[in-house]
Amino acid sequence: MTAPEIQKPLLDVRGLTIEIETRRGPAVIVDGINLTVGKGETVGVVGESGCGKSLTMLSLVRLLPNKIKVKGGTAEFAGRDLLRMSKSELRQVRGGKIGFVFQDPMTSLNPVMRIGDQLCEPLIYHRSMNKAEARTRAIELLRLVGIPGPEQRITAYPHELSGGMRQRVMIAMGLACDPELLIADEPTTALDVTIQAQIVDLVKDLRKKLNMSVVWITHDLALIAGLVDRVAVLYAGTVVEDAPVGELFARPTHPYTRGLLASIPKLSDERASRLSSIGGTPPEPGRRPKGCPFAPRCALAEAVCHERVPALEPVVGSNGHRVACFVAQRQMMEAA
Amino acid sequence: MAAEPLIKVENLVKHFVVRLGAFGERGATVYAVDDVNFDIFAGETLSLVGESGCGKSTTGFTLLNLQKATSGKVIFQGENIVSLDEKRMRPYRRELQIVFQDPYSTLNPRMTIGEVVGEPILFHKLATKAELPERVSRLLGDVGLPARFAQRYPHELSGGQRQRVAIARALACQPKFIVCDEAISALDVSVQAQIINLLLDLQEKYGLTYLFIAHDLAVVRHISDRVGVMYLGRLAELATREQLFSNPLHPYTKALLSAVPEADPELEKTRQRQILVGDVPSPLSPPAGCRFHTRCPIAMDKCRAVVPEWREVVTGHHVACHAVDMGTAG
Repeated sequence: MTAPEIQKPLLDVRGLTIEIETRRGPAVIVDGINLTVGKGETVGVVGESGCGKSLTMLSLVRLLPNKIKVKGGTAEFAGRDLLRMSKSELRQVRGGKIGFVFQDPMTSLNPVMRIGDQLCEPLIYHRSMNKAEARTRAIELLRLVGIPGPEQRITAYPHELSGGMRQRVMIAMGLACDPELLIADEPTTALDVTIQAQIVDLVKDLRKKLNMSVVWITHDLALIAGLVDRVAVLYAGTVVEDAPVGELFARPTHPYTRGLLASIPKLSDERASRLSSIGGTPPEPGRRPKGCPFAPRCALAEAVCHERVPALEPVVGSNGHRVACFVAQRQMMEAA
Repeated sequence: MAAEPLIKVENLVKHFVVRLGAFGERGATVYAVDDVNFDIFAGETLSLVGESGCGKSTTGFTLLNLQKATSGKVIFQGENIVSLDEKRMRPYRRELQIVFQDPYSTLNPRMTIGEVVGEPILFHKLATKAELPERVSRLLGDVGLPARFAQRYPHELSGGQRQRVAIARALACQPKFIVCDEAISALDVSVQAQIINLLLDLQEKYGLTYLFIAHDLAVVRHISDRVGVMYLGRLAELATREQLFSNPLHPYTKALLSAVPEADPELEKTRQRQILVGDVPSPLSPPAGCRFHTRCPIAMDKCRAVVPEWREVVTGHHVACHAVDMGTAG
């Protein structure tokens, strides 16, 4: 694992706030998220369904669905604010400097276009290649992501490929223009474990070869343990903890992170021992509680937690570990 | 473990005939489950694992006679239940229940939770209409839901709560055996742990036997007494939890276990992975011989021609692999 450069992050998201229009009026679903990704760094964004992890990433390339809007914040990518740049500038970034891999290759690939043509499209648009050059590069890309017989496969339609193969095509498309940043949104969730292992291996290998930054969105903490440099844990649209991966697993500090880690069955468990679980369910958008969003489910919650929202503060004596929890912060102060 | 199994599955086969081509002009057979043998003992949790399309869910469905078996037997209380028609099957239905994966599509959206849970009780005439509310509220209590939920509709509930309702419905006629078909796969991690705990509590309280069908090996390792690994319609290996996870014999089991990520960055850094090459072949035309030979790192000529025999190598440890038989599996 390489030490990420600290000077200037490639992606710097500050105070990102996203709202959804509902019948009862606008509801906040992403609430002031801060997130940085360094050059060559791989960051895991972890959270349960509805925590806003996918919307955060979609908002960066301005692909949010109609009723969902960015209400505040900035997202600087290589010094330019993605949220405010012109449409033509944005088109250069999308698929060019930022590659995207979506969760479900069945709905993200065009079913009536041969995969070769889909792969060539960004190359012709962003790299001004002619058809023959693009085709050569498309074959190269398919080979890179481990698709056997790429010369033949290039004329296949998506339905002719297996799920693992389709996901590889998606990754090849994300990588087509040598992006500086690859955003992968649950790219292996729909796949079997043996295929997942192949894809994870592939991404690890490629980021080294291409010195690419990666944001890997997932709900699976075990999966990112061996894959990322740093983890941001999201809960109900806020970052509750942000730490280097080893630090997060060794010293999880936020009660939610601790609960999540404890609810994963481990090798050392006795059979049928009770798993520790977090009671209750995450709040729905529009019904976010006042104060810390996790407070209603938190065993340690105090009066202040129901009143005010904790800020993401550095953990005492750590390197780059931050947590948003009044109780954890107070305990650290007392211990110090 | 009791000597006499609760359910005996013998040479179970399920083939589907499908029509292919734009106009369905070509017929083909999906070899979904092929010659599967295992016993399920009273009070245990037997898990079936494998990748999508391996036939684990079909095994569960066929075993409950929800789909007609192509051939083979499933012996329950001395009767081969897969040979019964729906009417003669009915008394057994009460004892054999199932919980499905998706709690969003398995509950009737127009029925209240009370009606959903009460329906099987009335159907099997286990209580009168007057006794029903009491029974329903006790069942909801069993699965950790307040009695007032009986008046609600499924859309008012979260995914975890719906799955609790599905479990309450399965429990309604006091079954002996429940098939949990990916029952926790659609839930978030923190909620998943709640449902696993609930299933374990209910098993202890009512002496239930589970056939747990799942693809998440960490969960399976946590809750199972015994585990069967399926590949392309056949059982590759079946053993106790300890045997399977500490001493896997079949090359596919080994690869499957090594592909599961552990929530431990230190371990992951040093871990040796065995990554399989290629995809699972189509069940429309499974490979001859051992079905795993196209991806197997130690496949021999024999594996491409001869189907390996399903045999017990150590007490309780079954495997179908030529290399294991010859003692050449690493």
